[in-house]
Amino acid sequence: MAKNGVFSRLRRLDRAEGVDDFSTCNDSHEVHVLAVDDSLVDRKVIERLLKITSCKVTAVDSGRRALQFLGLDEEEKSVGFDGLKVDLIITDYCMPGMTGYELLKKIKGSSTFREIPVVIMSSENILTRIDRCLEEGAEDFIVKPVKLSDVKRLKSCMFGGNRIQKQDKGLNKRKLQDNSGVPLSPTLDDDDDVSSSPSPPSISSPSLPRSFSSLPSSPSSPTPPDSPTRLLKTSDEEE
Amino acid sequence: MKRALCPVCSGSIDEQFLQLQQLQDESSPNFVSEVVNIYFHESEKLLRNLREDCLVVVDKEFSDYKKMGIHLNQFMGSSSSIGAQRVRNVCVAFRAASEQNNRAGCLRALELLEYEYCYLKNKLHELFQIEQQRILAAGVRYPQQPNNP
Repeated sequence: MAKNGVFSRLRRLDRAEGVDDFSTCNDSHEVHVLAVDDSLVDRKVIERLLKITSCKVTAVDSGRRALQFLGLDEEEKSVGFDGLKVDLIITDYCMPGMTGYELLKKIKGSSTFREIPVVIMSSENILTRIDRCLEEGAEDFIVKPVKLSDVKRLKSCMFGGNRIQKQDKGLNKRKLQDNSGVPLSPTLDDDDDVSSSPSPPSISSPSLPRSFSSLPSSPSSPTPPDSPTRLLKTSDEEE
Repeated sequence: MKRALCPVCSGSIDEQFLQLQQLQDESSPNFVSEVVNIYFHESEKLLRNLREDCLVVVDKEFSDYKKMGIHLNQFMGSSSSIGAQRVRNVCVAFRAASEQNNRAGCLRALELLEYEYCYLKNKLHELFQIEQQRILAAGVRYPQQPNNP
């Protein structure tokens, strides 16, 4: 199900492309992401982050709607959405009704959709939660607020031509970094850098990647992927 | 379009706000103000809910802090997404008070939250006004912006 398209350049998508725009896209290499978050603010942000990294985005406000969109909802069949293959699902963890974890389980429990990578976002960095999600088959777990570097890394890890299947859980767990002071990408015109963290020297010091992943670590990751311990660090990367 | 953190807002917003500014460009020229307006709208609703939650907690025998926790989580989440650091931090303290069933703590936290939110709103409005003036002064470099940030 995953596409190994070539994404060599950021494109600024047309502003007119709305959240629920289901018009068919001619570019067959464009990654289609289904974003699920009950917060409108977060939907707007994640949608923009994904569009800036040249993804097609469908944003929905609940797990239920996500399942409907995929056609997995038992009660309602989604009509007319064939041909809009979903390449990635990125979902908030804490949602009323169906949590992101429950959505993850439903997707991984479906023979049709289990191959779609699912990424969980959460504003809480609770290790048991992270573990649970990774064990259930989540590709990655991102601590909010989501940044452009997170999305770029996700995209290039998953669709940069080296699509890695879901790895053995427990490997490649990374340390968690406090949310303070992550420097921003210098420009939006970055090419397919695996990681767009802008200041490698500061990253190699105490500050650490902000996600837990069964994906291989990016080159600029400071920690060995199989580091056995996880520590909460509170260092700032940059003043 | 990288900008230093506006000193007007320093302290109440953090680098995540800068990240939002970086997501704004010609194809999405009002991105920041749109997101912030959504945030204001949602926040005001959440604050109303939290005021009610506090009333329930104070008045009733059975104190249900669960709803409060849910509202606080939502407020924390959206605040951190736009970089409203101080508002978010007050929510964290507020949530701790609610988890301890600390009524007085919740009321104090609510008051502080209202203050910080109000402060943030004013500062962001100031920031947008400064931005508008900068845009007008820059003249041809920027496309026409609608009047209302």
